[in-house]
Amino acid sequence: MQQQSVLELAVQAGEILLENGAEVFRVQQTMEIMAAGYGADEFHVYVLTNGIFASMQEDGKNHVARLENVPQSSVHLARVDAVNSLSRKIAQGQISMEDAFAELERIRNIPILSLPLQMLACGAGAGFFTLIFGGNLADFACSFVAGILLQLFLCKAEKYKINKIITRLLGAALVTAVAAICIITGAGHDMDKMIIGSIMPLVPGIAMTTAIRDFFNSDYLSGTIRLMDALIIGLSIATGVGAVLGFAAVALGVRL
Amino acid sequence: MSLTEFIYQFFISFCGTIAFGALFQVPLKQYVFCGITGAAGWVLYVWMMRVQPSPVFASLVAVLLLTALARLFSTRRKAPITVFLLCGIFPLVPGAGIYYTAYYFIMGETTLTMIKGAETIKIAGALALGMVLVLGLPNGLFQPIFQKKVTQKH
Repeated sequence: MQQQSVLELAVQAGEILLENGAEVFRVQQTMEIMAAGYGADEFHVYVLTNGIFASMQEDGKNHVARLENVPQSSVHLARVDAVNSLSRKIAQGQISMEDAFAELERIRNIPILSLPLQMLACGAGAGFFTLIFGGNLADFACSFVAGILLQLFLCKAEKYKINKIITRLLGAALVTAVAAICIITGAGHDMDKMIIGSIMPLVPGIAMTTAIRDFFNSDYLSGTIRLMDALIIGLSIATGVGAVLGFAAVALGVRL
Repeated sequence: MSLTEFIYQFFISFCGTIAFGALFQVPLKQYVFCGITGAAGWVLYVWMMRVQPSPVFASLVAVLLLTALARLFSTRRKAPITVFLLCGIFPLVPGAGIYYTAYYFIMGETTLTMIKGAETIKIAGALALGMVLVLGLPNGLFQPIFQKKVTQKH
């Protein structure tokens, strides 16, 4: 049974990596390093953006296989980092298998930031990006508020399992509406900059970057999946922004 | 670029990148290095836009520095390059392009929509090209020069 544990360990580690934002090549490589570290025979693994297929030979005759469906969830880079360190330790033979399982369990339980802190980070991100694109301090304040509301909305949407495309669309519409209100009430100064800054938490930067790196490692199928993801997120943001601007222009007669 | 402006641009992109780092749950000890990666890319972008006002070219040059820094920090700080790259790239991601494309489309400015849309795609392409160029460099370039070489996954 000892070897089945190797497979189990590798698959669990791969799952953590994949769902927390690592690219396909890293998942595959880490799993191979772990299996080799514990002396697994005939270990084969194939990883896609949303699934892991792994098999290995047990007792020199039977093959055991695992198939894991890994739905995309939110990015947690501290977990990716921790699994990476663990695989380094395994490669150097510094850690027993029980300890490795315990470590994986600990990694899985690394907490995410509390909601108020997330809202603060999102607000700060939106605000500073408004400054980056040339907004002034008044715009910073408006985007800060928009960012806080956006993160609150994203959290609630995730909790009630609202479709991702709809979430992005509504999120973009939300920040556009906040920016429009700020302009109408005279609180904000430059609407373009506020909207651009506040949609930054939604833009597909991660999907795009990971897609490029998947293509770079010749994982074309996974890269295409991510690229489609990036395109569709981009389109839904554009639709959300456009819907609110269009509504303001047509229904309220305000050309923002 | 004056020193004040340099410091201002560096500061806002540093803070912006760290805010995104926090959203992506970067380990606390890497915050500063994420910030530096993002800020370096953005300051170079701003400077390039003064020298040669083409967003596509400026993005390409900036992403070269950014990816090189991310690789350097990845080997020195013993963390996956993902940590630095995903956060650092954000100031360069064409969020403005997405916005203006949608804006002109809604306002019925078809020509401007096409121009902005094409530019957004070109910026994304430039980011991809630059990143791939630097990722393709041999690992040895990013190792400490006078220390014993350690085998390292990137």
